[in-house]
Amino acid sequence: MESANASAEGLRKQISETEESLRKLKAQLHQFEFQEKSDSAKTVSLDEHKWPLSAEEYKRYGRQMIVPSVGIQGQLRLKAAKVLIIGAGGLGCPAAAYIAGAGVGTLGIVDGDVVETSNLHRQILHGTEKIRWKKVDSMIASLKSLNPNPAYVAHAEHISPQNSESIVKQYDLVLDCTDNPASRYLISDICILLQKTLISASALRTDGQLIVLNLPPLPAGAEGGPCYRCVFPKPPPADTVVSCGDGGIIGPVVGVMGVMQAVEAIKIITSGKIDSSAEVAGSGENTKQEPTLMLLFSANSSQPFRSVKLRSRRAGCFACSKDSQLSLESLTSGSVDYVLFCGFTSPTKILQPEERIEASQYSKVRSKQHILLDVRDKVQFDICHLDGSINVPFSNFQGGKEDVVDGSSWIPDSLPNDASVYVVCRLGNDSQVVTRKLKEAGLDARGKRYIGDVKGGFKAWKEQVDQSWPEY
Amino acid sequence: MASEDKFNLVVEFSGGLELLFSGRRKLTISVPIKDNEGQAVTVGWLVHYLCNEVMEDSRKNMFVLDGHVCPGILVLINDADWELEGEASYALQPNDNVLFVSTLHGG
Ligand SMILES: [Zn+2]
Repeated sequence: MESANASAEGLRKQISETEESLRKLKAQLHQFEFQEKSDSAKTVSLDEHKWPLSAEEYKRYGRQMIVPSVGIQGQLRLKAAKVLIIGAGGLGCPAAAYIAGAGVGTLGIVDGDVVETSNLHRQILHGTEKIRWKKVDSMIASLKSLNPNPAYVAHAEHISPQNSESIVKQYDLVLDCTDNPASRYLISDICILLQKTLISASALRTDGQLIVLNLPPLPAGAEGGPCYRCVFPKPPPADTVVSCGDGGIIGPVVGVMGVMQAVEAIKIITSGKIDSSAEVAGSGENTKQEPTLMLLFSANSSQPFRSVKLRSRRAGCFACSKDSQLSLESLTSGSVDYVLFCGFTSPTKILQPEERIEASQYSKVRSKQHILLDVRDKVQFDICHLDGSINVPFSNFQGGKEDVVDGSSWIPDSLPNDASVYVVCRLGNDSQVVTRKLKEAGLDARGKRYIGDVKGGFKAWKEQVDQSWPEY
Repeated sequence: MASEDKFNLVVEFSGGLELLFSGRRKLTISVPIKDNEGQAVTVGWLVHYLCNEVMEDSRKNMFVLDGHVCPGILVLINDADWELEGEASYALQPNDNVLFVSTLHGG
């Protein structure tokens, strides 16, 4: 066994070394090919001056260039454009693939995370062999193989008030592909301050949303398209915000939204809407403000795609109105606290230590008569559960039906009133809320019955008791 | 009340908000032409009607908070932001479509 482990380790090392030298060889080859290309270009330099794109570029982008709304002018605008994608996840991957494929000049990617297995069903530029890579590096490696022409810039950090100005100012157009309210307000604010158009999308479960903000890109006080704060002046209560990790996400649903961001980016760039050059101003573009739309996608609805009309800029908006209280100094100095503004859910600490049981301790009392109440959603319960456990989802307790809260709809009549009830969930937060509710409803028979939760939920169960427990 | 004193409108929920309404994405409801004080019924009236009469879930503050529609929920009247239509004071018309959308943040 020991020697098998050693040889596996040896092989792993050999593979990663070989991969590394393969990477170097490919880079060298690329260098030579590039050299060759530019050498041959020199010999036909007379021809080169005749055409604004290289022979390879005409071939590569031909299929989109012959679409009337793009044309050669649109392609040249793409080549001149610098696009920033913030978030290298489920939205950022498909958006980046199409934007790089379309031939933008510069593509920057911002993300501080590393690739994990649970990302792969939707984050299509990462691969199984890239687990634990920085997401920006993984993404750029895939993009280079797709299209080596653009200049790719990796910003291997999360967007923050401190770094946002220096990153965003290098680009012409910004895509918000992040996953939380605080970053969405921050990105909108910096885009107003630096006058960048922002394409913002989001997704959860089977639904997605997309808005193009600050188009045309105008300074605070001007009449124009709204910013994120105009549409959502107040953030939602922190405990109502659901992440993809908690709520789930269908891969192609978030994919559709990322692809739609790329569609909007290509439309905006090729039409010259964010191009401030005189040439465009004189091209007879109608300057009348079009209404801002929000695209709603609901995979399970009878009408999956729907566009709704949003307001224009809000008088008195914190960020974009003439009374704006926002400045580059106040933002970058950290005096606008985005995390505080959006609120945060602190770790749940509802129960006293004696009302909680360690997972390892619970495994020892399983032989005694008791009830294990599993309050995860039914879909999670169906993936894996412990024998004999009863499933009553947390939302049913929040729904507040009396026969759920007092146990009469789920406690078997045969259960003696001194048999314990243990409550368990995925991580040990919801189980505390339910335990408290059950005790308040009098289910503990004035202290005769022990009611407590399994501390740390099934995460702790996996760590302390059963390593084979599926992590989903 | 005679049926001619009422009219129908369509109410829809999206972005996960349907989970607060027993998973229903679309319902047709019949509302009175005038409220108790003899005024035309408004979207503001509708919001409270939905919260008090239609919503079975006890998490009312995920829909209405401090008397207003919860932050993060967009209200659209016939596919336009209700702020373009006078917000809560908009007087409902027969066959209006009122869509409530919960904002998503995942990506
Ligand atoms: Zn604004």
